[in-house]
Amino acid sequence: MKSPELPYADTLKCVQCGYCLPACPTYQTTGNETQSPRGRINLVRLVAEGKISDESLLEGPIDLCLGCRACEEACPVGVPYGEILEQTRYLLREHSTKRGLGQRVQTAIYRHLLPDKGRLNLLGDFIWFYQQTIGRWRLMNRLLPLREFVEIMPKIEGPIVRRRKESKESIHARQGNKKVMFFRGCIMDVMFSSINRQTTELLRHLGWSPIVPEEQTCCGALHAHAGDLEFSKELAKKNIMAFEASGARVIVHNAGGCGAMLYEYKHLFEGDSEWAERARKFSDSVQDISQIVASSEQGKFAKAVDAVVTYQCSCHLNHVEKVKSEPVQVIKNLPGVTYKQLPNGTSCCGSAGIYNLVHRKEADAILQAKMSDVKKVNAQVLVTSNPGCYLQMKLGIHQAGLSKQTRVVHLVELLAEASGTAD
Amino acid sequence: MSYGDASQVVSELHGKLQREILTDEADRWSYSFDASFGTFLPDAVIQPVSRDEVVKIVQTAVKYRVPIYPRGTGSSLSGGPLPVYGGIVVDTSWMRDKLEVYPDDLVAVVSPGIHTAEIHRAAEAYGLFYPPDPSSSEVSTIGGNVAENSGGPRGLKYGVTRDYVLGLEIVTPEGGVLRTGGRTVKNVTGYDLTRLIVGSEGTLGIVTEVILRLVPRPQDRRTALIVFDDLVSSGRAISKVLTSGILPCAIELMDQACLIAVESYRPSNLPTDAQAALLIEVDGHPEAVRDEIKKVEAICLELGAKEVRVARNETERQQLWFARKQISPAIARIKPTKISEDATVPRSQIPEMFRRLNQIREKYDLQLVVFGHAGDGNLHPNIMCDIRDDEEMERVEEAVSEIFRAAIELGGTLSGEHGIGTMKAPFLPMEIGEIGLDMTRRIKAAFDPLNIMNPGKIIPNNERNRVVLR
Repeated sequence: MKSPELPYADTLKCVQCGYCLPACPTYQTTGNETQSPRGRINLVRLVAEGKISDESLLEGPIDLCLGCRACEEACPVGVPYGEILEQTRYLLREHSTKRGLGQRVQTAIYRHLLPDKGRLNLLGDFIWFYQQTIGRWRLMNRLLPLREFVEIMPKIEGPIVRRRKESKESIHARQGNKKVMFFRGCIMDVMFSSINRQTTELLRHLGWSPIVPEEQTCCGALHAHAGDLEFSKELAKKNIMAFEASGARVIVHNAGGCGAMLYEYKHLFEGDSEWAERARKFSDSVQDISQIVASSEQGKFAKAVDAVVTYQCSCHLNHVEKVKSEPVQVIKNLPGVTYKQLPNGTSCCGSAGIYNLVHRKEADAILQAKMSDVKKVNAQVLVTSNPGCYLQMKLGIHQAGLSKQTRVVHLVELLAEASGTAD
Repeated sequence: MSYGDASQVVSELHGKLQREILTDEADRWSYSFDASFGTFLPDAVIQPVSRDEVVKIVQTAVKYRVPIYPRGTGSSLSGGPLPVYGGIVVDTSWMRDKLEVYPDDLVAVVSPGIHTAEIHRAAEAYGLFYPPDPSSSEVSTIGGNVAENSGGPRGLKYGVTRDYVLGLEIVTPEGGVLRTGGRTVKNVTGYDLTRLIVGSEGTLGIVTEVILRLVPRPQDRRTALIVFDDLVSSGRAISKVLTSGILPCAIELMDQACLIAVESYRPSNLPTDAQAALLIEVDGHPEAVRDEIKKVEAICLELGAKEVRVARNETERQQLWFARKQISPAIARIKPTKISEDATVPRSQIPEMFRRLNQIREKYDLQLVVFGHAGDGNLHPNIMCDIRDDEEMERVEEAVSEIFRAAIELGGTLSGEHGIGTMKAPFLPMEIGEIGLDMTRRIKAAFDPLNIMNPGKIIPNNERNRVVLR
């Protein structure tokens, strides 16, 4: 395989106007140009030009990027920042001679756990067991690393319930053009299995026939963001084949992070004679659950929500998949909802994949800024559309002492309540 | 020129400022550029948060004779904040504590790190208006706007930054605090140092506070897109509109290359067979603007416009401006490197300037497109090229020099709103003459005897006498 190169030509597209600066959460919290899109692109360019000889200078700034892609929308000349970021991460990964323990563990998790449904379910069983037993004592949780996450983590469904939904009955679907493939995700399907089940029930409630092929796997987003492009291509191929075999015309997802990756398969395979066209067809068929709901028959939501509701965008849903108006429209249409716009609701919450786990300090600064906006709205329900955002917002609400007045939900949970399909 | 060691300044200031001094290599490279050309590595970057910190920084720099370069958010198109002799970049974009509007005095008092658009919004909350509108308003700082005397489309009717600065507080290159002007529109006490400092590109001091004049907000506006078969008619239409008792707040021009580029990028229903299109906006009392936009339409049709589209509502108005705003991204697709010039000529010379630009385009065989604030003669010829292509870049450098010469020959100026900075400095004598240059040097020396405040800008050195973009 050809040795990877820095995306030099793409960096030249940047005219260094700085329009991206206000959009960048890490620039806003650090006040340092190095932690801005323009600064990062400039460093990549200078390394590519040989003006900076030490390539490792890129590691810090590239590592600290959330990858939220808000800068791409602010850019007046259309610099493909996401490609620059992933290509640079790929190269740094390939060139790194000393891989730390952390990185090796991460690679092992990404390659051997996330794509493996069986192993993920076993991990889910373990967490479930912990939550049901020793985890009931709060003191116990405090001894753990990442204890704050442990405390806010939703209760995982039991082993039997989680595995039940793979029964023949739910996989089987009626024929016809109402057939949609549900993309269940990897972590989503263990940690948030109830939301996944609510999603398929919601689809049925709206007159769609969801099918959940067993052949599908993890979307590969975390791999791509970490620079492991080859492995994400492997996963992408499996998902494309699963879709082709399913006979569905649409792929529905409920996680903004996964959705954006599925949407970008077409870029992942650009120039690949065998896969480019298949990937394009796949990506063009991807839809977020909010899009499906927005285009479905109205009047299916009869139960009044009776609450002040606000919405924190998923960056990738918003900036990459460009699904902007539908989630808000769907929320506003629910009976009894008083919708209030969240100030800076399109700005990243600091979750960004596993960013909040590996860069605690930086993510906390971003989350604090987010919570000061949340306080201004004083909503009873805070809606999210991606599991990472969901957990991060829960953490923020918990830390800010708002747990009593503000409830964090996934959009699907709110829709399930309003449609009466919630369990 | 011999300067002292920046590390002495850094170690003396270490621990005495609120924000940490940046000396990591990556951080230094991140403040080595702006939106123009050239990369110069500073020894350190300091981010003061108050006037007192700026005083400390400048006094220490004086003590060790280390050059310092004031910077806002680095959106300068002329190299204003580039640390050309090394030393210390002073990033004032985090001095943001003050944004006060005094409606009874019609003034705003603002810290240098406040963004231009924040001032727009603060004034609007009181039904007031801060007119200067550089297209970088959302990111550019008022400190940078003052240093560069920024303009924008509305300059035609409302003037530029200088016309709204009533008073300043600056830290002088010797480390003193100088207050100029005040809160009144009329003020003839002593030399007008305020107007000298505005547009001095950070060479006479670091701005730490600005007092701005505000005006009542216009109640309404109307916008029209007018299409012409030839450039000369569009030029005549501009002159005729401006001499018929109407002063639009913007007249923006797009040439055929722009129209084609925009249409192939984001189709906006623009005619690609036309030679030029004008975007004209009038603002003021609702009845007045209704009447004025009708007059504009009549004048343009009389002078051979082939189509006039008047926006009927705000949505249509936004659509017309959307097309104008797509020019930059659209032409960026032609080639990666964008050389944005802002040579400005008297209005009557606009058609002639167009003719010269066409000649230059053909002579050097370059992708040259023209758009800009045609109403005030401030054209933006943009050359799209590729910085990796040395042969082409040589032609670009020649062409840029020729654009400068053409502007001056036609009674215009090297720069309408971007500034002289580093790139145009070699051409300064051509416009202001030997005596002008000598006087400029002496003013600079009076303010900055050690030549440590943003050296290398405006005033040409003897090492370079031509445009160099690489």
